[in-house]
Amino acid sequence: MILFFRLALLCAVAFGAGSLAAQERSSLLPDIPAATGEPHAEGNAFWRRNHMDLMSHDRDLTLRDGDREIDASLKGCFDCHTAKDEAGQIVTYESEQHFCRSCHEYVAVKVDCFMCHRSTPDGVDEHALQAAFLPRKPLDSADIQGVIVYLNQNASKPAEAGQ
Amino acid sequence: MERTIYREIKATRQVWGLAIILAGFVAGSLAAFFYVEHHGHIVTGMNNRIVWGLPHVFAIFLIVAASGALNVASIASVFDQKVYKPMARLSAVIAMALLIGGLVILVLDLGRPDRIIIAATVYNFSSIFAWNLILYTGFLGIVGAYLFAQMSKDVPYATTRKIGLLAFVWRLALTTGTGSIFGWLVARPGYDAAIMAPMFIAMSFAFGLAMFLLLTATLLRLSDRVIGDALMHRLGRLLAVFIAAVLYFTVVRHLTNLYTAEHAGFEYFTLIGGGIYTWLFWLGQVLIGGLVPLALLLLPGFGKSPKTPLVASVLVVIGGFAQVYVIVIGGQAYPMELFPGYEITSGSGLGGIANYSPSLPELALGLGGVAVALLAVGVGTKVLRILPTTLSDANIGQDPL
Amino acid sequence: MKVPTLKGADISRRDFLRSGAAVATATLAPGVTLMAFGGSEAEAAADAGKRWGLLIDANKCDADCDACVSACSTENGWKGEGNPETDAQWIRKITLQNTSTGREVTMPMMCQHCEEPPCVDVCPTGASFKRVDGIVLVDKHTCIGCRYCMMACPFDARSFIHEPVINQKSHAPRGKGTVESCTLCVHRIDKGGRPACAEACEATGHEAIIFGDLKDPESDISKRLAKFPSVALRPDLDLNPGVRYTNL
Ligand code: SF4
Ligand code: SF4
Repeated sequence: MILFFRLALLCAVAFGAGSLAAQERSSLLPDIPAATGEPHAEGNAFWRRNHMDLMSHDRDLTLRDGDREIDASLKGCFDCHTAKDEAGQIVTYESEQHFCRSCHEYVAVKVDCFMCHRSTPDGVDEHALQAAFLPRKPLDSADIQGVIVYLNQNASKPAEAGQ
Repeated sequence: MERTIYREIKATRQVWGLAIILAGFVAGSLAAFFYVEHHGHIVTGMNNRIVWGLPHVFAIFLIVAASGALNVASIASVFDQKVYKPMARLSAVIAMALLIGGLVILVLDLGRPDRIIIAATVYNFSSIFAWNLILYTGFLGIVGAYLFAQMSKDVPYATTRKIGLLAFVWRLALTTGTGSIFGWLVARPGYDAAIMAPMFIAMSFAFGLAMFLLLTATLLRLSDRVIGDALMHRLGRLLAVFIAAVLYFTVVRHLTNLYTAEHAGFEYFTLIGGGIYTWLFWLGQVLIGGLVPLALLLLPGFGKSPKTPLVASVLVVIGGFAQVYVIVIGGQAYPMELFPGYEITSGSGLGGIANYSPSLPELALGLGGVAVALLAVGVGTKVLRILPTTLSDANIGQDPL
Repeated sequence: MKVPTLKGADISRRDFLRSGAAVATATLAPGVTLMAFGGSEAEAAADAGKRWGLLIDANKCDADCDACVSACSTENGWKGEGNPETDAQWIRKITLQNTSTGREVTMPMMCQHCEEPPCVDVCPTGASFKRVDGIVLVDKHTCIGCRYCMMACPFDARSFIHEPVINQKSHAPRGKGTVESCTLCVHRIDKGGRPACAEACEATGHEAIIFGDLKDPESDISKRLAKFPSVALRPDLDLNPGVRYTNL
């Protein structure tokens, strides 16, 4: 749990300060795919912090009450947040470049949405994409070293959460 | 009559050997669990018609036996039978262990075992299943408290008796609840019977005592302790009564079913034309699990031998599995009457007797649950002072044969 | 205006603070927000004043046609792997033969959307539930895959998902280890449409499946039910299903 919060904090800090020091730390920060469409009116920080609550709230509205006029749905997310691979193909959750996965993996929060939900927009065939997918590179010791160094640096600084 | 002394069992090579074998079975069930979890239930024999398969047979047997295994303790404290007192602690431990084994199987067989936290936190109170979860956890808590009360010097005997009474009432509720899981399925001709609940109670008495006898005899043997012939005989007589009760309820259940027209088809299926289920019923449940052990225990020749109750217990366990199999799987295999007066000639899986062939992962999961229960009993008797140093007739105040 | 804090526990269902509303409160004047929001809500949510149902005419159903089944499969993204015992079957074509006269009838069967659904009664987690408009659904976010609902359903209407699934329709999520059944195309109904099976059946010209509101006496389905004899399956169980059959 503590580790989880630490990572969550790290994530928040990283997002806040990401643009400043992107150069030095680019290998350590999650590589979040650029979005298309209008930016969120509440700001990205709000959505990063609250998307899970918004989504579980809205999913109950839709499923239980039949209210489909909601904003926070996976389908809605994929309208703007899809990631493409080097070949320009939209990727599925099987790929570490996937929008959700890029950050969730980073903060070590497992989601099981994609056991039931598709991980691409409607019409982008998951079957074809997953067949072509290659296994990801495992985390090596250099990655882990880097995270530890980063966490230590950060622990000595006063927290300046970027909200 | 001397004071009963309880001692931990010693970790001999034999004990270790057994523990390792049991651990092997547990490992096997875990392997089966991950295998099914990864591929989905497609790798089991279960399907959309037989939704509960072999794992559930094991689980329900263990859960039913668990409440019955508490009987010895109940007889000791609720009905104040001195002879049973030295075995009361062991009885409580076995009851808890069997229940845990059964629950482990049920949880590992869920489609989404990762969501067990939901099952534990979100209740739909109209569901008998949800009530059962409460009954199960309550049982573990109460029997645990009962065991503690028995073992503690500070708890007055009157209090222990009260907890014992509560445990007794609770175990009756628990078995009724387990039986009701089936009894409430009104649409299924195999289950729709009020007699399900009392029959489950009779079954729990028989299965529970049989498991208790086998485990006690094994533990005493492993630790070079004795059990009196007269005590064995007495427990054997009790087992005979329970076996007779199961047979009685079986007869009543099928006779009443025969007299209600809508159940006639199901009765024909069980008693005559159901293939494997008919065999399991007559050969497994009635003969091996009922008539033969009853005869062994009551016939003057065999009845006196201290081995007979153990042989009978083995038969009761085998027959019990057969009985639960027929109830759980046979009850699903027989089709529901959707259209009276019509036969479903094609229906993409609807209609007809459903197919089921149990698979290895299911067997491994079930056996693993049994192994968990047995290991738990072993660990309990190893670390706690549960098992009396002797159960000889003289020691416990049992009149010799 | 106070910026809303959205901590899990603070969000209750049906509160006005939906994510959509959060956008509006941050950008618009409060009065405007609430009015715009209130307007959309009445239309968007399931309506307790309705009870959706189907009327299936066994006489009109053609033995060689399975347009409803394939329409459902395409619409909801389930398909058979060739094993009817473990495949998903939201809707099936069944053929019955009268044991005394030999007459054959054929018709589709799906979840009957019972008013007193046994599946909902037995579900330990409340994952099986009935919407206010009578549609019975499985909330796959809370289904633990215990299959007790399948034991309880008198019609074998539910399927357990035996294998991993991908490429689901975004309006019909489904995944390994949970239970599913006919949703009455709830995603279409919520947008004012009707189930894919009814639409497909009409397109073939058979018109054996009529969809409509059982509570509205003026609806086509209610009028037919008032005029012609019809049956509920397993009437002995008092389930009052939303799916009715005629000419059985
Ligand atoms: S038909 Fe079966 S699944 Fe559908 S509502 Fe009735 S009991 Fe539930
Ligand atoms: S399988 Fe899912 S929907 Fe069915 S009873 Fe269990 S938890 Fe409820």
